[in-house]
Amino acid sequence: MTDPTTNNKHKPQKPQQRSYGGWWFLAVGLIIYIITALFDRNLVLTSIDFFSGLLGKVVPVLLLVFGLIFLFNYFFNPQIINRYLGAKSGFAGWLLAIIGGILSTGPVTAWYVMLRDLRQQGMTSSLAAVFLYSRAVKLPLLPLLIYYFGFHYTVVLCVYLIGFSMINGFIIGRVHPDQIEN
Amino acid sequence: MPKTSLKLSLQKTLHMFVQVLPIILGMLLLTSLAITAFPKDISAGFFSGNPLSDAIRGAALGSIAAGHPLASYILGGELLSAGVSLFAVTALIVSWVTVGIVQLPAEAIFLGKRFAVFRNILNFFFAIIIALLIVTTMQILAVWLP
Repeated sequence: MTDPTTNNKHKPQKPQQRSYGGWWFLAVGLIIYIITALFDRNLVLTSIDFFSGLLGKVVPVLLLVFGLIFLFNYFFNPQIINRYLGAKSGFAGWLLAIIGGILSTGPVTAWYVMLRDLRQQGMTSSLAAVFLYSRAVKLPLLPLLIYYFGFHYTVVLCVYLIGFSMINGFIIGRVHPDQIEN
Repeated sequence: MPKTSLKLSLQKTLHMFVQVLPIILGMLLLTSLAITAFPKDISAGFFSGNPLSDAIRGAALGSIAAGHPLASYILGGELLSAGVSLFAVTALIVSWVTVGIVQLPAEAIFLGKRFAVFRNILNFFFAIIIALLIVTTMQILAVWLP
């Protein structure tokens, strides 16, 4: 079966299609506030006060995060990662899969296409698993993680995530055959 | 090193910002209401205080959740402030980014059903193990670090 999406690997990554799910989520939140206000106005006022405090603390960190996301979008794109992950595996392949996963940004579904292409070119299922797991380390979001959980926790979490990405790749390589199912 | 064009990078970042902004606002609004209305009940309600049970529940929540990981950090941080255990919060933020029930069909189509199902089940258990390991590591580090 031909999949037209597999022909996209040489095209630059374009902005995703508009989705209104987030706005619906916000609308539901506001409706809950309105309904609650009908029964307990003081509770809603206290909550809005609490919300303002939270927002004031989070906004500066978010500005930093989006600045970093912009830099990542500017310097790294799927073509760069595709080029380096296309190499034969071995220690370098594992290392590149980890680095590629960490540097990859955007929705994961966009990366499934690239991984399928790479697997058809000989990338092992282990490396695909390592790449997907390493995506859990989000470099641009580290300031927010440090803000909420502290520097030590952030370092420990990242080390475990990278370590477990390799365990993940090892187990999947043992259990799963290196062929694309269709 | 080849770079993406400045305009496209700005477009992508702006697009992501517009997508994520309402989720963050909605998440902060609902968290504020929940913490104000049930300040002590959050930790005593869904989470029991038992490390393993909390990690399993946190991982289950994170597995079914969909959305930008940024939202998981904010939710996790606020849950932690509200008294939810670090076991639960860690499992939540790890499974949020490593287990994707919502993306499972897409992953199965592109990378194979067996690969996708096995990987997600494995990652669910990994989220629980990582939560237990991280909290233990933090407790050990607390003795050594100032």
